[in-house]
Amino acid sequence: MAEKPKPGFETLAVHAGASPDPATGARSTPIYQTTAYVFDDVDHAASLFNLQSYGYIYSRLTNPTVSVLEERLAALEGGRGAVATASGHAAQLLAFFTFMEPGDRFIASNKLYGGSITQFGRSFKKFGWEADFVDPDDLAALQRAITPKTKAIFVESLSNPGGVVADLEAMAEIAHDSGLLFIVDNTMASPYLCRPFAWGADLIVHSTTKFLSGHGNAMGGVVIDGGKFDWSKSTKFKSLTEAEPAYHGLRFQETFGDLAFTVHGHAVGLRDLGATMAPLNAFLTITGIETLPLRMERHVANALAVARHLERHPAVAWVSYAGLDSSRYRHLARKYLPKGAGAVFTFGLKGGFDAGVKLVESVELFSHLANVGDTRSLILHPASTTHRQLDAAQLLAAGAGPDVVRLSIGIESLADIVADLNQALAPFA
Amino acid sequence: MGKPVNHDSYSDEYLRGILRDVKTIAMVGASDNWNRPSYFAMKYLQSKGLRVIPVNPAAKAAEILGEKVYPSLDAVPVPVDMVDVFRRSEEAGAITDAAIKQHAKVVWMQIGVRDDAAAQRAEAAGLKVVMNRCPKIEYSRLCGELGWSGVNTGIISAKRRKL
Repeated sequence: MAEKPKPGFETLAVHAGASPDPATGARSTPIYQTTAYVFDDVDHAASLFNLQSYGYIYSRLTNPTVSVLEERLAALEGGRGAVATASGHAAQLLAFFTFMEPGDRFIASNKLYGGSITQFGRSFKKFGWEADFVDPDDLAALQRAITPKTKAIFVESLSNPGGVVADLEAMAEIAHDSGLLFIVDNTMASPYLCRPFAWGADLIVHSTTKFLSGHGNAMGGVVIDGGKFDWSKSTKFKSLTEAEPAYHGLRFQETFGDLAFTVHGHAVGLRDLGATMAPLNAFLTITGIETLPLRMERHVANALAVARHLERHPAVAWVSYAGLDSSRYRHLARKYLPKGAGAVFTFGLKGGFDAGVKLVESVELFSHLANVGDTRSLILHPASTTHRQLDAAQLLAAGAGPDVVRLSIGIESLADIVADLNQALAPFA
Repeated sequence: MGKPVNHDSYSDEYLRGILRDVKTIAMVGASDNWNRPSYFAMKYLQSKGLRVIPVNPAAKAAEILGEKVYPSLDAVPVPVDMVDVFRRSEEAGAITDAAIKQHAKVVWMQIGVRDDAAAQRAEAAGLKVVMNRCPKIEYSRLCGELGWSGVNTGIISAKRRKL
């Protein structure tokens, strides 16, 4: 008998994790809007609480709708398992919570989304976790930043808003040579455009709020484990290798093998952080993902065309899109983002800060808001909104200077997107 | 006989066939400590209707999960379909030879346990062999339960799930 071929990405996007409902045969994934699940008997309950058998206890830990989404995301990234969370920020918190202790450090790109820089640089300090921010273009600096207390390197495959593409393969090598975990935020690329596990990532995080759910209607996040990292190779990752008192001395890696991170993420991470995804949001995200490949094709085609148009526009000083030949990241984009460099990019207005404010208030079709990865085209002036918490130096480092406007190009008719930008830019041309 | 089994990548059909056929398992290295991985696996397989006979010369308890503990595979008085090796790779060869002698149909070595020479001997004697896998994890993966924990089961099907 011939072996079955591996299903393609588009098939996984529609089917992974979602067989017909075992109880009813319902074909679309039901929304299990329940907090808890009955036990067969006391012995069954004990088995579940001791992690000896599979089953649902309480929706803070697992929920049948959410677990369909988790399996689908793990399948799309080619990972072993996934833990869905209430938001992308919750996913980052859960990922680090798994292995960080007070006094531990990690290295993060200084080109991250501003909200991540604030979470890592300020709020994480309250747990005693220290982030060392490094320019991701400077691999030597990345190497130099490693200390004996460093446990992980965290980068975005494609950064918002700077249009920075990370050299994932080289960074993974630096991380693994020092026994560090390599974590990649793949939100802006989505698994359709970039495959971080193939380049050596150990964990992938997403804000599923963006392209994955894709319609701007459901908050969510996820941590996906590649299942390849050997937690017991050093003494840095004790939570997965040493006896866990709350589970009577159970050792996660010994008991669950390459499922250790995924089981720990639910049984300890979600149990204690409580940042669980709601079943309705999981349902909306599952539905969104079914059309991810189709949407991403249109997103990147529209984005490239708009970027090329703006590059020729007299009101525009520069366009930073890794899909353009003028981008310094073009060669990295060819390697890591062969199907397109995403749909979010920035451009600079010759008229500076004031022109940026005027532009976002003059568009009609573009929505002025703080999100990306929606079917709708979105516009933002980061310096006056999302990146306000950063100081002037951080603003420049994050690619969010005063003249910068960010676009998230939607899947509307290209002619209408271009016409709206033209009319709003006309006063500056 | 079909083509040789690839011990680095088992097909779902191969594993499903084994887990559907097997009724009685001798678990060598079954622990009487309720918090050890072998105890988890034994309890789970019992819940699926399989009989699991514990084999462990060092066990302090006379019974584990209602089944009498035997000191060696040779001492098990009933025929077993499968021998599950919960011991280190260095011990897998001798256990495999005992399994062949016992006319078991399958030798299954747990995660981290692998002995290719022993596998060849077992296959030459007509046994099926699985190495570096856990029957609990594979059973739950193939019947869909593992997906409840957010794990990628690799199963794509528009039919209701069953083993």
